[in-house]
Amino acid sequence: MHTTESSETLNTIIEVKDFNFAYGESQALFDIDIDIKEKEVTAFIGPSGCGKSTFLRCFNRMNDLIDIARIKSGSININGINIYDDSVDVIELRKHVGMVFQKSNPFPKSIYENIAYGLRIQGVKDKSKLDQVVEECLRGAAIWDEVKDRLHDSALGMSGGQQQRLCIARALAVKPKILLMDEPCSALDPIATAKVEELIHELKKDYTIIIVTHNMQQAARVSDKTAFFYLGKLIEFDQTDHIFMQPSNPQTEAYVSGRFG
Amino acid sequence: MQASKQKFTIHKNDSQKRYFERFLSAFFKVTTYLIIALAGYIFVNIAYNGSKALFIAEAPFINIDFLTQKPQTLHVYEPKEIYDQISQLKSAILELKTRREAIGSSDAQASREIQNNIKVLEAQVQALDQKRKADRLLYSDQQHRALAQEPDQSLYHYKNYAYSGGGVGPAIIGTCLLVLGSITIALILGVLCATYLSEYSKPGPMLQLIRLSILNLSGVPSIVFGLFGFGLFVLLFDWGVSMLAGWLTLAIMALPVIITASEESMRAIPKGFREGSLALGASKWTAIRTNVLPYALPGILTSSIMGIARVAGETAPIMFTAAYALRDRLPWEGLENGSDFFFQGVMALPYHIYVVSSKIPQNEYTRNMQYGAALVFLIIVGFFALSSILLRAKIRKRYKW
Repeated sequence: MHTTESSETLNTIIEVKDFNFAYGESQALFDIDIDIKEKEVTAFIGPSGCGKSTFLRCFNRMNDLIDIARIKSGSININGINIYDDSVDVIELRKHVGMVFQKSNPFPKSIYENIAYGLRIQGVKDKSKLDQVVEECLRGAAIWDEVKDRLHDSALGMSGGQQQRLCIARALAVKPKILLMDEPCSALDPIATAKVEELIHELKKDYTIIIVTHNMQQAARVSDKTAFFYLGKLIEFDQTDHIFMQPSNPQTEAYVSGRFG
Repeated sequence: MQASKQKFTIHKNDSQKRYFERFLSAFFKVTTYLIIALAGYIFVNIAYNGSKALFIAEAPFINIDFLTQKPQTLHVYEPKEIYDQISQLKSAILELKTRREAIGSSDAQASREIQNNIKVLEAQVQALDQKRKADRLLYSDQQHRALAQEPDQSLYHYKNYAYSGGGVGPAIIGTCLLVLGSITIALILGVLCATYLSEYSKPGPMLQLIRLSILNLSGVPSIVFGLFGFGLFVLLFDWGVSMLAGWLTLAIMALPVIITASEESMRAIPKGFREGSLALGASKWTAIRTNVLPYALPGILTSSIMGIARVAGETAPIMFTAAYALRDRLPWEGLENGSDFFFQGVMALPYHIYVVSSKIPQNEYTRNMQYGAALVFLIIVGFFALSSILLRAKIRKRYKW
C-alpha cells in the first residue's frame, strides 16, 4: 500500500491497482490506480462515457449484473480484501458498500417499508428495532421532519428531492461503510440539490462517500478529493482545490475550465 | 381571380378521389359494425334462448333445479286427445302433399287448391300445438320417480327423452374444478418459467429456441393437446380419464399465453427496483421475490385468468382426458380415499354442450338444454374474466409507480 505525500492521517479504505475493465471486446477502464481515504468525499468527474459510472459500479460489483462485463486485470481492495476474489460474498459486500442511483428508485411501498426493506431482507422482524432504525435513518438523511407524519404513505407521493434523500436514508439502514452516489442530483432542482449536498456534508462524518457528478460546481462544493476521468483513463486525482485551481494536467485544466466536455 | 380559379380546378380533380376515400372509410366502418353486430347477435341469441331454461316466471326467478340437478331423462305426458288429433292432421297433410307431388305441374288449378288445404290444416296443427304445450306434463327423472301415481295412460300419451330434463349442476361443478386446478398448475409452472426467462437466462440462441418453442406451442390445435394428454396421462401414466389429466392438459395448453404475458409484465418492472434492492444486499432471488414478482402480479394474474378462461372453453383437450358425458356422482361423493378425488372424471360444460348438441337425438326439449348450458357457460367464463379485471384493479391500486 503506497501512501501519498500529503500529511493525512486518514486510512485508505479503497485501494485500486492496475484496474482494467471491459464490456465484451470494448475496454471501458484502463490501468486505474487510486486510493480512497476513509470518511472523505471523493468526486469523480469527466465527460459522458468516460467510465466514471462504470468505475463506481465496480466498487459494489453492480457490474456483475451485466453478462459481458469482465475484469481484465488488476484488483479493488476494500479494507484489504480483494472484492473480486471468489471467496467474497457479494451480498455481504453490498451491505458494506451502499449505493444511491442517478434516478431515484424508491420502491412502490410506504416510506417506512422502504427504509425497513434492507433489514427485513436480513430477517429482522422486531418492530421496535425497525421503528428505531427507520427514525435513525430518516434523521440521518435529514428528512425525518418532512415525513414523520406520513411514514405509512406511499414513497411515490414524495417530491423528487425527497425521494432521492429517502433512497440515501434507505442505503443507510444497512449500516454501510462506503456510500456510492451515481449522479444523485442530476434530476433535481437547485433547492433539492442543495439539500442533498448539505446531507453529503453531514454524512461525511460517518461514511466514506464517492460521488459521480456531471456538475463541476457540485464536485467543487462537496468533495475533498476529485478524480478526473477521460476516455476510460484516470487523468488526474488530487485534492479538489488543486484540481479546480491549478490542475497539473492540461486536459484536466481544459475540462474544468469548460473548454470541452 | 387566378387563385379562386385554381382552387376550383383542384376541387374538381379531387372529387373522384374523395368519393373513393369516403367509400373506403364507409367500407371499413361497415365491416367493423358487421363484426359487432355478429358478436351481438350470438350473445343475444344465446342469452334469449338460454334464459328460457335458466329463468322461470315464479318467485326466485332463477331455475335453481337447472343449476343444481344432474342431467336427466325427461318424461313427457301429452294429452292423448290433442296428440291424436295432431297426428291425424299431420298424416292428412302428408297425404295432401304426396297428392300434390303426383299432380305436379300438369294441373295448376288443382295444385293450388291442395296447397290451400295444406295451409288450413297447418294452421289447425299450430293452434292445437299451443294447446298441447299448455296442457302437457313434464317430469324430470327425479320428479317422475317421486310421483305418487303416474298420469292416466288412457288420457295421456307418454314419451321420454334422454338428457332433456334436469340440469347442468355436475357440469358446472366439473368446469369450475377443472378451471381452478388448471389455473393453479399453469400459474406455478408459467411463473417459474417466466422468472427464469426474464431474470436468469442469458440471451443467446438457446433462449431464442425456447421462445420459439413456446410460441409454437400456442399454435398447436387443441385436439392435438387432447390426444397428447390422452396418450401421456391417461394411457402411459395409467391415470384413466381423470381430473388430474384434464388439469395438466389444460395447463399445458394455457402455458404459452401465461409465460409470454408473465415475462412481459416482469420485464416491464423498472430496472431500478432490482438494482435498488440488490444494492441493499438482497440476493437475486430476494430481489425478484420482493421487488419484481409483487409488482408484476397484476399483469400475470390478468393474463393468466384470461388465458385459462379461453382454454376452459375448449372441448377437445378434455374430451379424452377428463370429461364424462354423464356421471351420476358429484366429485366428492363416494370417495374411498382422498386421492381418488384427483383420479375421477368429471362432467364439464363445454363437453356437455357438445354432447347434448350432437350426440343425442334432437327434439324440441334438447334445445332448451343446449342454450341453457351455453348461457350458464358464458356467464361462468364472463365471471372469471370479470374477477381477473377486478383483481388487477385492486392489486394495481396497491402497487403503483
